[in-house]
Amino acid sequence: MMSTYYAGLFADIGILFLGAMSVYIILATGQLSLGNAGFMGIGAYVASFLTVEMHLPLTAALVASALVAAVIGVIVGFPALRLKGIYLAIATLGFGEVVRSFLLNFDRMGGAGGFHGMKHVSLEYIWTWAGLIFLLIVMLERSRLWLEMRAVHDDETAANLVGLNTTMTKVGAFGSGAAVAAISGGLFAHHYVYIEPGNFGFERSIDFVLAVILGGSTVGAGAAVGAALLVLLPEWLRFLADWRLAAFGVLLVLVLLTRRQGILDRPLLDKLRFRRARS
Amino acid sequence: MTVLSLSNVSKSFGGIRALSDVSLSVPEGRIVGVIGPNGAGKTTLFNVITGAYRAASGEVVLGGETITQWPSWRIMRSGVARTFQNIRLFASMTVWEHLLVAQPRQNALWRNALPVSWADAEARTRAEDALTFFGLEQYRDVIARTLPYGIQRKVEMARALTAKPKLLLLDEPVAGMNAEEAADLRTLFRRLNERGLSILLIEHDMPFVMTLCHQLYVLDFGALIAEGTPDEVRTNPLVLDAYLGTEAA
Amino acid sequence: MLLQQLVNGLTLGAVYTLVALSFSLVMGILSVLNIAIGELFMLGGFIGFAVIASNLPLPVALVFAMAGAAIASFIIQKVAYEPLRDAPLITPMLSTLGFSIILQNIVTNVWGSDPLQLPAELFDADFTVGPVRIGVMQVVVVGVTVVLVGAVAYLVQRTSAGRALRAIAENRDVARMLGVSVSRTTFLAFAISGLLAGAAGVLISLHYAAITPYIGVDIGLKAIAVMVIGGTTRVWGALLAGPLIGVAEVMTIAYGGSQIRDFIVYGLMILILLLRPQGLLGGARSDVGQRV
Repeated sequence: MMSTYYAGLFADIGILFLGAMSVYIILATGQLSLGNAGFMGIGAYVASFLTVEMHLPLTAALVASALVAAVIGVIVGFPALRLKGIYLAIATLGFGEVVRSFLLNFDRMGGAGGFHGMKHVSLEYIWTWAGLIFLLIVMLERSRLWLEMRAVHDDETAANLVGLNTTMTKVGAFGSGAAVAAISGGLFAHHYVYIEPGNFGFERSIDFVLAVILGGSTVGAGAAVGAALLVLLPEWLRFLADWRLAAFGVLLVLVLLTRRQGILDRPLLDKLRFRRARS
Repeated sequence: MTVLSLSNVSKSFGGIRALSDVSLSVPEGRIVGVIGPNGAGKTTLFNVITGAYRAASGEVVLGGETITQWPSWRIMRSGVARTFQNIRLFASMTVWEHLLVAQPRQNALWRNALPVSWADAEARTRAEDALTFFGLEQYRDVIARTLPYGIQRKVEMARALTAKPKLLLLDEPVAGMNAEEAADLRTLFRRLNERGLSILLIEHDMPFVMTLCHQLYVLDFGALIAEGTPDEVRTNPLVLDAYLGTEAA
Repeated sequence: MLLQQLVNGLTLGAVYTLVALSFSLVMGILSVLNIAIGELFMLGGFIGFAVIASNLPLPVALVFAMAGAAIASFIIQKVAYEPLRDAPLITPMLSTLGFSIILQNIVTNVWGSDPLQLPAELFDADFTVGPVRIGVMQVVVVGVTVVLVGAVAYLVQRTSAGRALRAIAENRDVARMLGVSVSRTTFLAFAISGLLAGAAGVLISLHYAAITPYIGVDIGLKAIAVMVIGGTTRVWGALLAGPLIGVAEVMTIAYGGSQIRDFIVYGLMILILLLRPQGLLGGARSDVGQRV
């Protein structure tokens, strides 16, 4: 049996892993979202409302919250088409803050005081979701649809001119990413059994992005590596006491400087897999 | 049967007429060339056909359907494929991935979200065929952008062909190639044409165009000044004056 | 009451203006979102606080804070930005995030994580104009801001260094071909950005009469909104947008409940991005942002 301490850490990793995957999906089309904590918050609040007030089973509540977030993601995705690069990132950052301050004012769900009454979920349940969605992404990565997303990432004009509907691809990525972030949020709410708007601020969005970039933004497994590092590293650095965050910052910069593509990338994965030589 | 026809197409940029009243057609199974001096509007013509620009007036008809207002991706999904003057390959993709990305989608949309290796044997066969046809087997898993220029051109053409076009648009396909490579491509285009593919190409290389095309249009300052078989165009005094004259000078 | 709020809003807005300019120098010119600017600002506040607490005059505090933040900014440029200059935008952004974590940790270890109060006698002096009470400190905050913005505007619009900055903002490759030194100009952008953030830190600690290590994120995000609303292409944009947001914020707190202020600020920012991406005062701009 795992100690409570490690169980807590692994739950955090699972939740962050889902959040990182939500950024990964959107980033695969070349769009950087700094507002996925907003979708996470939407998921957390919708799922909690459904389980606590409507007495829905958790799984149904998570699916419903993912759908709600997906719709909002698509609504965000359309205006996002007008923006590129850092301006898109800033607009999504704004979206995240708008959601957070909406939740602060949403008295029906506790407002600034937060919301509670959820039932605690098991570590296994969290990882079932994380594993399931990871599996979906791994399958998707080998599909034509994913190639289309990468084409949009690499050269949007050329993608259009080889017959790819780039609008649908980009908006679809926003919708799917939002759904995954919402699941992360729903699980967060039912792991900590208490949520407040501050849980879903800019730092959370940045954590998602950080996990993806650290772990490697060109393969889905990178999100897992990044999430694990982001949760475990500060724990392993505990011996440094007051200076552990500074040490974490230094390590972060060092990894980015020495491996800007992230820890995992396709060539490394291929090597790890001892891929059979094609004849 | 006409694959593509343009009638009275005009396009201007900030008061400068890039195309004025251009009408042309590509009959099925033919290789049609558009020639003209630099800045004559050739690339603009391609951009209007592929929906990258909207024609200000006039009509573009593809296989019986008016496509003037269609978005690019829809035009390209309806039987047109193109290559670019400055090669545009996807930076992160291998040759093999390029041969999959532009293929027509499967009818059951959800199947496109499944791994190609399980769910799309047809796409794999088509990609393998293209690989063999262009002699790219040895580059299959190489990032296409890292290959030599001539090979990249082939990858781009192969990508275009995997979209199963009825009409192939080639934007200066032999630019930067030596005579031998150009001759190679000529043979290749002939073979494709014999399989029933119609081709519209823009090219500067005169001997190449003259020996490959069935029919030529000459564009000068955005307007058509002549059309006919290569022999007719070669002897047309207007053309000699506007184009071949300046080229020789 | 209304006028009083207006004055308070202007003071807060002045600080936003400076931090927004600090962001916009690096972003407008190098297209990099330097997340550590929030912490440079916080660092400036603490240095200024330490100087004032040891009974030295305010100008000395400003000089030390600006120098300290500029040095930190220089280190960030050399370590976090330069080596990653040709990486996708997201990578240098995250390495500046690494520095913001480091800076916050250092400040917390040196000064502690509890808010520090400035000595009250500093803020006693005030005068009344009609019904409005104006603190001397408020005049100082606005005055210093106006002087600094004026200096930056002069530098950017009138000097050869400023021309180099604008040329690189316009088109890096063309500027380089025309003989503009990219490394010198980059240094200049980061240095001025640090100076402004440092000064703003001192001013905010005067405004609130207190400072905490966590002030960087909140004000930093607001300043990004101010930068976008004012536009990154004109210095004066931030001078208009800063007070606009400051006043709007103070007014919503006074009359509408404090909670909706962020909603309004970021909502406005998104609207501007979508409808007028060059900002309120920005000139025409065809290309908005590059690929991630």
